[in-house]
Formats: sequence, C-alpha cells, structure tokens
Amino acid sequence: MANKWKIERAVFVSRVTGVLVIVAGVLLAAVLCTAKSVPDNPIPSIFDPRSTPAHWIYHLSLFVLFVTGLIFAVVFSLLAYVIVKFAHRATDSSNEPAQVYGSTQIELAWTIIPILIVMVLFLATARVIHAIQDARPPDTAVEVTAIGHQFWWEFRYPALGVVTANELHVPVSDPAHPTPTFLKLLSADTDHSFWIPQLAGKTDLIPNRVNNTWIDPHQTGIFLGQCAQYCGTQHGKMLLRVSVDSPEAFAAWIRAQQQPANHDEKESAGRRVFETNACVNCHAIKGTGATGTFGPDLTHLMSRETIASGAAQNTPENLRLWIKSPDAIKPGSLMPAMQLSDADLDALVHYLATLQ
Amino acid sequence: MSAITNPVTLTPAAWSLPYRGKVAMACLIVAESSIFTIFLVAYLFYLGKSLSGPTPREVLEVPIFFTICLLSSSLTIHLASKFLERGKRAAFLGLWFLTIVLGGLFLFGTAREWHRLIYEHGLTISTNLFGTTYYSLVGLHATHVIVGLLMLTVVLIFGLAGRVGLEQARRVGVLSMYWHFVDAVWVVVFTVVYILGR
Amino acid sequence: MSSDAIAIQATEGAGRPWVQTLHEWITTVDHKRLGILYISYALVFLLIAGIEAAIMRIQLMRPHNDFVSPQVFNRMFTMHGTTMIFFVSMPVLFGFANYLVPLMIGARDMAFPRLNAFSFWLSAFGGFLLYFSFVGGSGLYGAGNAPDVGWWAYAPLTARAFSPGHSSDYWTISLLASGFGSIGTAINIIATVLCMRCPGMELKRLPLLAWLNMIMSGMVLITITPLSAAQLMLLVDRYLGGHFFDTQAGGSAAIWMHFFWIFGHPEVYILVIPAFAFVSEIIPVFSRKPIFGYPVMVVATVCIAFVSMSVWAHHMFSIGMSSHSNAFFALTTMTVGVPTGIKIFNWLGTMWGGRLIFKAPMLFCIGFLFQFLIAGLTGIMLGSAPFDWQLTGSYFVVAHFHYVIVGGIIFALFAAFYYWYPKITGKMLNEGLGKLHFWLFLIGFHLCFDLMHIPGLLGMPRRIYTYEPGRGWDTLNFLVTVGAFIQGIAVLVFVANMIISYFKGEVAGNDPWDAWTLEWSVSSPPPAYNFATIPTVASRRPLWDLKHPEDPDSRYE
Repeated sequence: MANKWKIERAVFVSRVTGVLVIVAGVLLAAVLCTAKSVPDNPIPSIFDPRSTPAHWIYHLSLFVLFVTGLIFAVVFSLLAYVIVKFAHRATDSSNEPAQVYGSTQIELAWTIIPILIVMVLFLATARVIHAIQDARPPDTAVEVTAIGHQFWWEFRYPALGVVTANELHVPVSDPAHPTPTFLKLLSADTDHSFWIPQLAGKTDLIPNRVNNTWIDPHQTGIFLGQCAQYCGTQHGKMLLRVSVDSPEAFAAWIRAQQQPANHDEKESAGRRVFETNACVNCHAIKGTGATGTFGPDLTHLMSRETIASGAAQNTPENLRLWIKSPDAIKPGSLMPAMQLSDADLDALVHYLATLQ
Repeated sequence: MSAITNPVTLTPAAWSLPYRGKVAMACLIVAESSIFTIFLVAYLFYLGKSLSGPTPREVLEVPIFFTICLLSSSLTIHLASKFLERGKRAAFLGLWFLTIVLGGLFLFGTAREWHRLIYEHGLTISTNLFGTTYYSLVGLHATHVIVGLLMLTVVLIFGLAGRVGLEQARRVGVLSMYWHFVDAVWVVVFTVVYILGR
Repeated sequence: MSSDAIAIQATEGAGRPWVQTLHEWITTVDHKRLGILYISYALVFLLIAGIEAAIMRIQLMRPHNDFVSPQVFNRMFTMHGTTMIFFVSMPVLFGFANYLVPLMIGARDMAFPRLNAFSFWLSAFGGFLLYFSFVGGSGLYGAGNAPDVGWWAYAPLTARAFSPGHSSDYWTISLLASGFGSIGTAINIIATVLCMRCPGMELKRLPLLAWLNMIMSGMVLITITPLSAAQLMLLVDRYLGGHFFDTQAGGSAAIWMHFFWIFGHPEVYILVIPAFAFVSEIIPVFSRKPIFGYPVMVVATVCIAFVSMSVWAHHMFSIGMSSHSNAFFALTTMTVGVPTGIKIFNWLGTMWGGRLIFKAPMLFCIGFLFQFLIAGLTGIMLGSAPFDWQLTGSYFVVAHFHYVIVGGIIFALFAAFYYWYPKITGKMLNEGLGKLHFWLFLIGFHLCFDLMHIPGLLGMPRRIYTYEPGRGWDTLNFLVTVGAFIQGIAVLVFVANMIISYFKGEVAGNDPWDAWTLEWSVSSPPPAYNFATIPTVASRRPLWDLKHPEDPDSRYE
C-alpha cells in the first residue's frame, strides 16, 4: 500500500510540475496577446516592438525562446520519465540496481550537442549585436542629446536649438524613407539607463562616458519607459514619455520649442516671484534672465503632459503642490520646498501656466 | 548497517601528502596576486588619463639601488633557509638579519621617494589619477613588505633566543615563500610603474 | 561501536553552568562546532533577510503603495541582497563544508583549526557590523542609516557627494571583513583536502563534495579578492581624496563595474558549486547507484570555474561596450552553459536505471534539477546580448537569479539539511513535516518566481520602490507577494521541524540512509575526534565496499 503511494506520489509530482508549467505558459500567452490589442501603448512590453531595434531583438528573442524551449522540453521529459519509471517499488528485489559508473559515448554526445547549440545561438546573437550597434545615422536622422540627472531627463536637440525635459518628441519613421532619431547619452551625476521597451533595448547613461542609441518608431503615439539603472532615492519615479509625432506635428512642436518664453504682462507678478527667488539657480526660462541648468528647462513647461519626470500630471494643482512640497509627490527628489507665501505661490503658478 | 566502524581493506606502502604550511602559503599567494592584479590593472588603465598635475615621466626616478636591495634579500633569505635546513644556525641568523636589513633599506628608499614626490613635486594620493593609482599600488606593496619584515623580525628574535632549529625549518621555509612573493610583486610593479609607465 | 564512543563525555554531564557551555562554543576550534556555528548564524540572517524581502513585497503589492518610504525601500533591497549573499549563502555553505569535509576524507579536523575559528569570527563580525549600520551610520537625517546603494554599490553613487554619511562605509568594511574571513576558510579547505586525506584516498577517490568545495575554494581565492581590492579603492576615494571612481577627475564609473563583476559573476558559481556538491552526494544514495561519470563531473566543474571568470561583463551589456566586447561576452556566457548542462545530464544518468526513493532529501534534489534547468535556460536568454538589452535591469533578471539561488541553491541546501541533520544531531527530521515543507515551498516558489518573469518582460525595471498602475504589472506583483509569503510559511515549518526533531526526533543511528561515504561510518553525532582509528580506503565508496564485499567498487575503478 505504501509503495503504491510512492509511485502515485511520483506521478503526482511530475503532473503538478507539468501543470505549473502550462499555467505559467498560459499566463504568459495571455499577457502577450493582451499587450498587442490595447491602444495607446500603456503596456511597455518587449514583445510589442514598434521600432527597428526592438523588432530585431524581438525576432532574436523568439529564436532563442524556441531553442531553449526545445531544450527544456527534452530535458524535462527525461526527468519526468526517470521519476516515473525508476521509482522504487516494494515489488523490486532487495538487491541494489546495476551499479553503472558512466558511459563515454553518451557523455561525448551530450557534450557535443550543447556545443553546437551554443554556436548557433551565438551566430544569431552576434548578427543582431552588430546590426544595432554599428548602425550609422543617415543624413535624415534627428540628433538628440539625452543627459541623465537625479531624477529627471534633459533632452537637447543641438542642431535645432531646442532644450526640454522628460518628454521626448521624435518624428515617426517611414521604413521607405527612414527618419530615425539617434541619441547621444550622457550623465550629469550617477548612472542611469534609457529604456523604452517598445522602441529599443536599454542603454545606460554613465558620467564621463558618451553612449549612443537609436530608435525609428514606425507608428505615432505615446510610448512609455523609465530609468532602468538604480540612481538613488527617486530612481523609481524617473519616468520617460516618448511622443512619436507625424512629420508635420513634429515640425510644429520644434517650432514652438524654439520660441522664447511666452511673455504675458498680466503675469508679471508671478514672473517677478520666479526671478527673485532661488528658482533661477536651477531653472532656465529662455527670454528671461534665468539660465540655471541643475533642474529642467521651464520655457515650455505647459507643453508637457506630466511634471517631475512623470510623477504627476501637469495641472495647476499639482504644480502648486510640487513647488510647495515636492516630498508629497516625489520624496527624496532634489527639488527643495520653496517656502513661498500662498500669495506668491498662486502668482507663480499662474505665471508658469502661461509657459506654453 | 550501523556496525561499520573502520573500513580497513589494504594498507598502501607509503602515503605522503604535501606539507600543509606550503599549501596554505601558496593559496595566500594566489589570493594576494589577485588583489595586486586589480591594482595593477587600475594603474595601467588610468595611465595618461589624468586631467591635471604631474605625470609619471615628470616626477618618477627609477629606484635601481633600492630594487637591488630588495631583490638581493630574496637571495639572502633563500640561503638562510638552506642553512637552517642543514642545521647551521649561526649562518642562518646572519643571513636572516641581512634580509631584514635589505628589506628595511628598500622601505627607507620608498619613504624617501615619497617624501620627495610630496614635498618637491606636490604629488599626493588626491592630486590626480596618477597620484591615486601610484600611491595605492606602491603603498599596497610597501604594506606587504612591512608585514613581512615584522614576521621576519619575530623569527629573528626567536632565533636569537635559541629557539629556531631544524624542527622549525619547514615553517621558516613557508615564511620565505611569502618574502619571495613580495619580491616578485615588486618586479612586476617596478616594470609597470617605472619602465612601461614612464 | 562502543570503541568509537570512548567517552570524552566527562564534561558533558547535566548541570554544567551555561557560561561554561557558552565559553566552549565561543572558543571552539573543532570543525564540527564551527560548522554548526556557521549554519546557525546563516539561519538567523536568513530570517532577517527574509523579513527585508517581505517588507519589499508588501510595498510592491500594489502600485503607489506607501507601506515604506523610498529611502527605507532602497535600504531594504541593498541589505537583503548583501545579507543573502554574504551572510546567509557563504556562511551556510562554508558551514557544511567545514562540518563534512574532514569527516569525508577520514581526517580528525581541518588543516588549521585556529584559522578556522578566526575566519568564522571575522566573517561573523562583518555581519554584525553591517547591521549596526541601522543604528550607527550617521546619515543626513542624524538617525542610523543602513546602506542604500544596492548590493553592487555602483560608483559614483557611492562617492561622498552622492552617499554622504557612513552608510556606504558600513557596506564596504563589513564586506572587507567577511571577505578576508572567506579567504581564510578557502585556504583551510584546500589545505585540508590536499594534506589531510586518510591513506588510500587518492584525489580520484575523493568524494565529490570534497572535490567541489576545493574547486570552489580556489575560486574564492581568485575572485573575492577583486572585490576587496575595489573596496579598498573605494575607501581611498571616500577618505583619502582618491579618484579611482571619480568621474569629475577623469575616473571611470565603468571600472568599478568591471572590478565588481569580475568578483560578482564567479561569486554565483562559488555559491552554486557547493549546491552541486550536495546534489552529487544525495542523488546517488537515493537512486541506489554511484554518480554517473565521476571524472567528467570533476572536469566539468573545473571548466566551469575557469570559464566563469571570463563572462563577467554580461552584467554590463547595456553600458555601451563595443559590439566586439559584447559579442565576446555573449559567447563566453553561452559557453559556460555547456559544462553546467552536462552536470544535469550526469545527475539524470545517475537516476536512470536506479531505484528512486522519494524521501525529503530526494524531493528537494528533484526540485533543484527542474528549477536549475529553467534558471540555466533563462541565463542563456540573458547571455544573448541584444535580448539582454531588454531583459537586464528588469524583473526578468530578478526572477532569473532568484530561480538560481532559491530554486537551485536553497532547494539543494534543504536537501542537505534533511540528509545530514541526522548525522549532526543524531535525530531524524520528521518526514511528514519535511514533505509539507517541500510542497508548500515549491508552490510558493513557483507562484512567486515564475510570475516574476512577466513584469520584467512588460517593462518593469528593478530596484523601484513603486510603479505606475495600468502597465500590466499590478496583479502579477500582488500574486508574487502571495507566493513570497507562502515560502515564508514553508521556511517556518522547516525551522519548527528542526527544533521539534532535535528534542523528539527518531534516533538516527550511524547510517540512516544506507550511504557510502566515510561520515556515515561514525556515530551520529560523531565523537569529537571523528575516527577512533584513521580509516584506509580503496575506492570512492568505502562503505559500499564494506557492505558489498562480493562486488566492491575497488574492482572497477
């Protein structure tokens, strides 16, 4: 009776593990399927590529998953078979089984086959490494310099004279006439990592080092990502938004960003608050005397959907809260609480709200 | 199966295993080599990358005499060890003492060089990348020389008290392994810092 | 039988003052007691690091949770990683090695008993120092401050400018101390195996546990020291104004990464090779067959040791190395999978044709095989550099390495506990509780770590104290937390089993598993001197030869 239990238990073991594997597979499949059908790209899945580097990685990943899946199936079947077939039964004789010490042919076979598999996987891998890393920017490329800060992103378009923060705008790229965006990645302080899964693999931003990456999104829309290399207290809220625009929308955005700040006489009180407090030490507003570079450029603050690199929606209430008490939104960020009176704060927020 | 006590089957003719002191010192040498390798790599990597300040070529003088002192001390300690193995205590003590003197001279030379670098050329560990990597590497080696000299002095004291004889020859041999290692490291550091790096 | 138990029992009567017992344990140089000290120390830190993990999982249970602040969360993942690697895994594996290696090679103790004790206390001090940081590390806010720079402590985050106060120094100095302790133990293990074997035990007859611990110790000598070197450099930067990692002075952040991972990658093989050792001793006994391909198992492990020192930059695929460097490290990373995979086949070959006994040690070994296979395969995925550009820095990697460490190493460790607890204490662990422990832990493990791969695939980076809702990560994180707690309950069952069985367990006798290596020839627990007479051996399985004189292994080797 006890031995029947042992066999049944062994079978149970292998069945349960098989079931677990299937469940995991079903969940994965469900996730992959749902990822593709939801609009506006809220789910930054690596299996939902929208740009050439991400596509190439995706195809490589399918190949690698196929090969490793095959290896898993073979070895798991062997394990399950062994557990069921060679379980000790009471009906076995009390002698020990044949004491086999090894077999040179079998060991040779299971050495050579994995070596061949490694060679195949390596060749497929090397091809994609070179394709992505050795790509050179064509003349039509948009050049962006991304500088990582604790805990926000600075984006400069040097050829176009644009400086902005946290939300990157790039033109959509038609595969027939590509207009990719090539990014130079720098850091002002510690290590960061630029990761928009649907557009490319991640590349780090490392101080005293120049890195490069590129994307050529094939569709318009907003794509999400965030910093992927621990950079300090608020690494978790150093979010990224990439807005892929049609060529016309991109050109319009660039034109707007190139303008100096909106100068609205009604808000001169607020502007005075800005210019006479410590704000100018960190922030720049083109067309005023403020040229600070420690914090984000605010010239076109209201053209952004979020503030504090994605930590909050860009609304007057959030702006007010952010200036009064940054720790309420992003505790540990390097923005200090500005200790302004309510009247000054209101005036300042009204002014900032005009910086379209 | 609870009555198994001593599985005696056959007695081999001779069963000799290495001396554990030598094995342990060899392992320590391997570990220390690894530490020195990392400091050497840092030194080599940062050659020419300092943003300011004195360069190796400008300030380093090749310490030939003191190097000869240190390397000769390997010879003297080897001879001392051999004499001890043959029971010649007086020769052992004399050569052992000479080893310590030569090692001490090397340290003196390092101290003099550092004094010159700091006070005449303004090169400290915080001056630039060269300063950081140079003082760390040479300083790490000098620390090992100091530790070695301390151990050698302890043995000298025991020796003078008449307590180092044939029975201690193996242990003295282990200590001389360490000393040879310190000298070998200097050969590498010397080549990298004073020859290749200038 | 009674001759083995020549009573050095005089001092062990009841009524001895507890101070005397405490003094004996603190001043012991006996490898068996030091082994128990290492293991107990590791279990205490396992519980502490487990609580740190629980805190993180509660915080991540739902998006925008505020169970802990980001500052506390960052300390949690730093301390959890540092503790688990240096103050749980290393000590427990050294503890088992300390206990078993002399017994398995027919020696009375390690080569250097006092160095053994010194190494233990030095490493233990490191652990206490690290945790003292909670009260002692004066940070910006005046109160104690544990390190919060991640267990890799990447530069320049550890520079004074970005880590004011002393929290990073606690990380550095405590690991320097425990690193030197590890080197001492490694030297001891190598010297013991090479110089203290009983007559007849040539290296080709050495039990695989002794072989693999010797290889692991060789790796410790070469790879812990780069971390020590880098930490010395960090101290020079922080206190002497050095510029090793000072990017403002032309220094390189990447060189810290190189030095760290030259240590860090072989370190995980240092952790897994003793786990291989356990499995290589246990699977044969519970399959009633010798290990399949003993010579290849040794050679493959030596190959792993060498090749694993050439793969380190696969942790740095995203830092912008050249395409040639990335290709090289992708190749070496995939190559190290070959000798590792071979071992899985050898274990399967051992089970093939055997008579498998599914007691707790074997159940955990089977779990190990299944999970180590998967972990190795996700490792291959991570070795393919472009695929890694998506997977690295995300929860996929966190899931992968927990699969190796928990699904592989911890399962093997549980197997070792069930297998050798009888030898160490003289009592069997309760088999029913053992099976409960196994199934609970298995379910919790798979719920937690299988699912954890998916948020990584959906773009969730690691080391974030909270996340945005609606990215497909919410439910998965919740279920992962549930799985974590189930594992916690299973571990409590295990701890209860160890305590209850110590007092009420079935008496084990010398050889409860009908095994074949020398430790099973002495009483349980062994006498202080291990062997009344040093044995002489003629094969890899001396007790098999004694039990089967008509068919001894010595005829075939």
